[in-house]
Amino acid sequence: MSDNTTGTKTKEYIRPMPANWWMMKKTFVLFIVRELTCVFVGGYALFLLVLVARRDQPEAFAAWLNSPLLIVLQIIALPMLLYHSITWINLTPKVMVVWRGEERVSPLLIAGANYVAWAIISIVILSISCP
Amino acid sequence: MARSNDPIWWSLFSAGGVVAAFFMPVTILLTVIIVPAGWLPAEDLRQLAGHPLTRLYLFVLISLPMFHWAHRFRYVAVDLGFKRISSILPIVCYGTALVVTLLALFYLATF
Repeated sequence: MSDNTTGTKTKEYIRPMPANWWMMKKTFVLFIVRELTCVFVGGYALFLLVLVARRDQPEAFAAWLNSPLLIVLQIIALPMLLYHSITWINLTPKVMVVWRGEERVSPLLIAGANYVAWAIISIVILSISCP
Repeated sequence: MARSNDPIWWSLFSAGGVVAAFFMPVTILLTVIIVPAGWLPAEDLRQLAGHPLTRLYLFVLISLPMFHWAHRFRYVAVDLGFKRISSILPIVCYGTALVVTLLALFYLATF
């Protein structure tokens, strides 16, 4: 028995993982939804790329913005982009731990500051683009 | 420790995540509501898109979020069971982000 413990080829046991593992728990579902927001982030970047490519053609530029199919896709993307923003900002206190002397700056304050920055950025960009 | 390029990809993922979080919702508000509803003529947005600062804004908003997508997608695809293509996923994802970056540069750097 004892001489069998070394030098024996063993097969690594890989625990089977069902493809729908993430449906088992609510936190898993939310994790997968958060990760899948990247599809909409990338998709919207591609939308902007085509828009930019049409900058020299006024009619094609307007047509891209007024396409019903693209409007529907963007309406679907909007909540996903917001979910990305919210989950991303909520993680900032975990990534950025700030100390003021011996005292740790409240995670709520760090996330709150990011939400304020997000609001200011949005208002500034809206006021620049719609004078 | 094994050398890897992961810190580069992770940095781009993180930078793209920040850019997408802070700038994409307001931009999509412009393209999906404000312009189609007629509150802002598409021509005005087109004129604005020609300004050098807007071009820089659009370049950053196209390129970095694509790297964000690439990094997150290659991992979530494996989580969702696409293990067989896991070896080609990094090349396809980061490659796509790189191509889109070059295209954005091409369209935004020409006057």
